Amino acid sequence: MRETTTPGQAAREDGAHTAAVSVGGLPYRPAHAPETAPVVLRLDNVAVAYGERPAVQDVTMDIYKNRITALIGPSGCGKSSLLRCVNRMNDLIHSAKVTGRVYLDGVDINSDAVDPVQARRHVGMVFQKPNPFPMSVRENVAFGPKRQGMSGRGRLNEIVEKALRSAALWDEVADKMDQPGTVLSGGQQQRLCIARVLAVRPEIILMDEPCSALDPVATLKIEDLMRELARDYTIVIVTHNMQQAARVSDYTAFMLASEHGVNGRLIEYGATNEIFTNPKDKRTEDYITGSFG
Amino acid sequence: MTRTAFERQLLAVQEDMLVMAGMVETAIERGIEALKTRNVNLAQRIIEDDLKINRKRYETEDKCLELIATQQPLASDLRTIVSVLHITVDLERMGDHAEGIAKIALMLADEPPLKPYIDIPRMAQTANDMLMGSIEAFKDRDPARARAICDQDDEVDALYEQVYRELLTFMINDPRTIQRATYLIWVAHNLERIADRVTNICERVVYLVEGHIEELNVSKY
Repeated sequence: MRETTTPGQAAREDGAHTAAVSVGGLPYRPAHAPETAPVVLRLDNVAVAYGERPAVQDVTMDIYKNRITALIGPSGCGKSSLLRCVNRMNDLIHSAKVTGRVYLDGVDINSDAVDPVQARRHVGMVFQKPNPFPMSVRENVAFGPKRQGMSGRGRLNEIVEKALRSAALWDEVADKMDQPGTVLSGGQQQRLCIARVLAVRPEIILMDEPCSALDPVATLKIEDLMRELARDYTIVIVTHNMQQAARVSDYTAFMLASEHGVNGRLIEYGATNEIFTNPKDKRTEDYITGSFG
Repeated sequence: MTRTAFERQLLAVQEDMLVMAGMVETAIERGIEALKTRNVNLAQRIIEDDLKINRKRYETEDKCLELIATQQPLASDLRTIVSVLHITVDLERMGDHAEGIAKIALMLADEPPLKPYIDIPRMAQTANDMLMGSIEAFKDRDPARARAICDQDDEVDALYEQVYRELLTFMINDPRTIQRATYLIWVAHNLERIADRVTNICERVVYLVEGHIEELNVSKY
């Protein structure tokens, strides 16, 4: 190993060089490369409890703009609860109590002054099972913009087409716009749900196991789409599939549940390539190498 | 979920690598022995055995690739497999250097000896000690030992320089020795390369345990 340097070393010696490197058309960010993206979302000491039972404790982390951040960890470790703090979905669960602060572009979205509906406009969400509304493909995507008061058939059609194109679905549904969303395949339905989120131009897209109900081909399509979307959006994804986290995300956060002695705590958070090749915490190592979980 | 089958397979590729290291150690030892005793049969055997070393390398590589493809290893498991892949390449090349020594032993077998061999066997001994030390460091996951072994590369470099100068003097004094002295410089060069490749193994031990690549010893040659 004497004549060569690792990509990481080369990057450290010549920061400008890294921007020009691309792998398969995607920008390649080597391990240890300094983060240049601004922080768009800041979780500060966030905790969630359902009644007396703590689900998430003491989570403090920064989420970077136009990056994909994956939350991983065993079932019940608080990943989804944490995700729901970001768009005030926990407001809808009667027994849930959220403490700590969640800053979106510097504004605490949990403060009483912020309307939860407005907060959700900035933070879209895609769920585990595709859940198209019982209406046509077109109406599914136009639903959000209409609710925001947008009108005019031409303008709405334009927004719908743009969202469907961004969701890599347009070519497959252009001739099915007036058919019910439920006639599409599972993978198409999930991309329809993503298009529905994109139509309201959120800043952040939360995805709660978006591929767990999909076959491998549909899963890879969604993952490709996520990489494309990260050019314009910030994505936070909860996934049980570690290979998916490794494939798709820039950052990975590992959480652990109570049976391991902690209640929904963030154990380790860092660049994905670091977490999956050289985790610092023994518990992360044990989880991702399959020693438990 | 424990991954007993995977763990067994992961151990197996490491054992393959240890076996391969033993084969290379023997090849180096026998190479010097064949040179010293002008033993043509032994030299032939080393050349034949090198094929076995090469085969072992490809077998191990196959197993590693299968593990990557089927088990998606991560973290220290992934680093172990990557290290085994790199180390087996280094071992295979070290085997080629030992084979090179055997071929020179064949070429020198009919020639009158130039001088008693002292420094070349010392180089071989040091290189072999380094090799087995680096493999122990791998087994024990001991980066401190790996770093210490790399320092020994300087000893091999110093011996190489000594051998080179001495043989140069022979050539200057008596041009009839040029061919034999050149062959012996090639032997010393093979040993110097072997010790260099041991430092690559040591770098992999550090990577395996600490997760980063560190250049441990920049050889003079």
